[in-house]
Amino acid sequence: MQATEIKTKYDQPNNRGYFGDYGGKFVPEILIPAITALEEEYQKAQNDPEFLQQYHELLEEYVGRPTKLTFADKLTAHYGKAKIYLKREDLCHTGAHKINNAIGQILLARRMGKTRIIAETGAGQHGVATATACAKFGMQCIVYMGAEDTVRQKLNVDRMRLMGAEVREVTSGSKTLKDATNEAIRDWVTNVEDTFYIIGSVVGPHPYPMMVRNFHRVIGDETKRQILEKEGRLPDYLVACVGGGSNALGLFYPFMDDDVKIIGVEAAGYGVDSGQTAATITKGTPGILHGSLSYLLHDANGQIELAHSISAGLDYPGIGPEHSYLHDSGRVQYHAVTDEEAMEAVKLLSQKEGIIPALETAHAFAWLENLMPETSPDEIVILNLSGRGDKDMKTISENL
Amino acid sequence: MNRITKKFQEKQADEKLMSLFITAGYPDLESTVDLILGFEKNGADVIELGMPFSDPLADGPTIQYSSDVAIEKGISIDKIMDMVAEIRKHSEIPIILMGYMNPVLRYGVSKFCDRAKEVGVDGFILPDIPVEESGLIEKEADNVDIPIIYLVAPNTTDERMSLADEKSNGFVYCVSVTGVTGARSGEEVSQSVNRFIERVGENVTKNPKMIGFGIKSFDDAQKIAEKADGFIVGSALINKIKEVYPQQNWKDHVFDFVHSLKFGK
Repeated sequence: MQATEIKTKYDQPNNRGYFGDYGGKFVPEILIPAITALEEEYQKAQNDPEFLQQYHELLEEYVGRPTKLTFADKLTAHYGKAKIYLKREDLCHTGAHKINNAIGQILLARRMGKTRIIAETGAGQHGVATATACAKFGMQCIVYMGAEDTVRQKLNVDRMRLMGAEVREVTSGSKTLKDATNEAIRDWVTNVEDTFYIIGSVVGPHPYPMMVRNFHRVIGDETKRQILEKEGRLPDYLVACVGGGSNALGLFYPFMDDDVKIIGVEAAGYGVDSGQTAATITKGTPGILHGSLSYLLHDANGQIELAHSISAGLDYPGIGPEHSYLHDSGRVQYHAVTDEEAMEAVKLLSQKEGIIPALETAHAFAWLENLMPETSPDEIVILNLSGRGDKDMKTISENL
Repeated sequence: MNRITKKFQEKQADEKLMSLFITAGYPDLESTVDLILGFEKNGADVIELGMPFSDPLADGPTIQYSSDVAIEKGISIDKIMDMVAEIRKHSEIPIILMGYMNPVLRYGVSKFCDRAKEVGVDGFILPDIPVEESGLIEKEADNVDIPIIYLVAPNTTDERMSLADEKSNGFVYCVSVTGVTGARSGEEVSQSVNRFIERVGENVTKNPKMIGFGIKSFDDAQKIAEKADGFIVGSALINKIKEVYPQQNWKDHVFDFVHSLKFGK
């Protein structure tokens, strides 16, 4: 079955890769041929029925799509307000939404004749998804991961290595996702002829933010059909966590034209004013990092600040440029919740629904504490349950 | 006339100009001005003064390290501008500010260009601003008549080389191999570089050509820059400083190295 994409009037980005004032391609000259070739190939692939069929077949047969839209009856009863539905990306093969994009990009890499795949990873979910896709297609895979993250996400390191990927620990800077991304870009600059860089979020130079969003839009396309089937109407609210922001845009994108309130939840870490936060939209200002112009956490001299979040996947001082645009335009409301609030949400969802969410995902659920009292029983809230929490058991246990 | 253009006009036919990259504030804030004045006395023709950034994604470990040290010591664009002003009291050596765009953007593009003009900066090199994105600073730089120098690499198409030539003023920065700064042998570089420089020669006709990335010695420079107007040394210089700092007379050791780069032993 080939999922049909729901048409929208929303038409970002423009042909230069700008979402309003944000995006672009701020990369060294050496990478221009690579991203130009990628842009051309992606345009062709998007209009190639064979490519689309292969992509959707893999999503169905290998990833396990469509994922369910589960009515969370216990959580709904707990708040006693709007009905809560969960988009079950945790049920995707590898345990998170990241695989949708990894499959899409590896098919592109093969079309372009690239033999060597590199990726960056924070929580390890994108690294695992990429290692999985590489194993499936017999491609060489190198994953850059901050040394701090290889400790707190050891399970994912073991999974990647088992599937044949080489995991390179990054010890520069904050030893987390930002630095893993720097190293991946340096590898790309050095090996640009034979290497394809599978970026794991809606970040980086054009066309990545657009392309990664489009590879994840299947989340929103399915959700829209499923809620219409179950409830006969669109939801009132969509809620998703935002680090780089790929699961959020995947869910939000097909709803852009609709009368639906959309909420992105960032990681406040110890608190938005604690100096130890990853709440980029809430605390940041526009700047350039990793190839695009977007909101950033940086000091008065323009040096990038270290982000902090209990969740390795949200521990990033930047955010996808489309989120910056959606924030400025007011189409999406962005909020932030602390490490502690996210931990409470992990417990609540585990105990009420028997689902252990990833720490990233838990941030979206934590916002329900603020959102639900404002809703009414005839309304509908959909949360993107972007990943499962097995990988976080070490951190979760330490914080219980 | 722009100091860079003047320098190329004065160049002897068989001479290779030497441009040195030094990270502002490395190895400490106090030494940068003295180092640059000493570089000039020992054969440097052009200075690329690096504006440190926390996430230099086109740079190898050496320049990452020097940037981290300088940031740790409190470098800022204001301090860099003060350094240039101080150098200008003693020297007319062409000075190009080189760095990533984010600190410039944060400082304010107009303010940055105005201040650069005021202190006597001769050009900008912004490795994460390809010609497509030059709109972010082009007008402001043009208003104060400071040229932007673009980079070309072995995988740059002929069309883009011409475009870089058209947009640049002073020289075109030729990156000898694909890769980050530093971290490769001169031998490795020279094998592929001649064909690249020939192609640059066919497409870059307005500006002189300076070649950089991977030059560590006089011999490297002579080989790699054979068909160019000059060469650029960065990582090798930073490594030399790292090796001798803060020994007694460390600057003299660095100046001897600089002298040997330009003139041989």
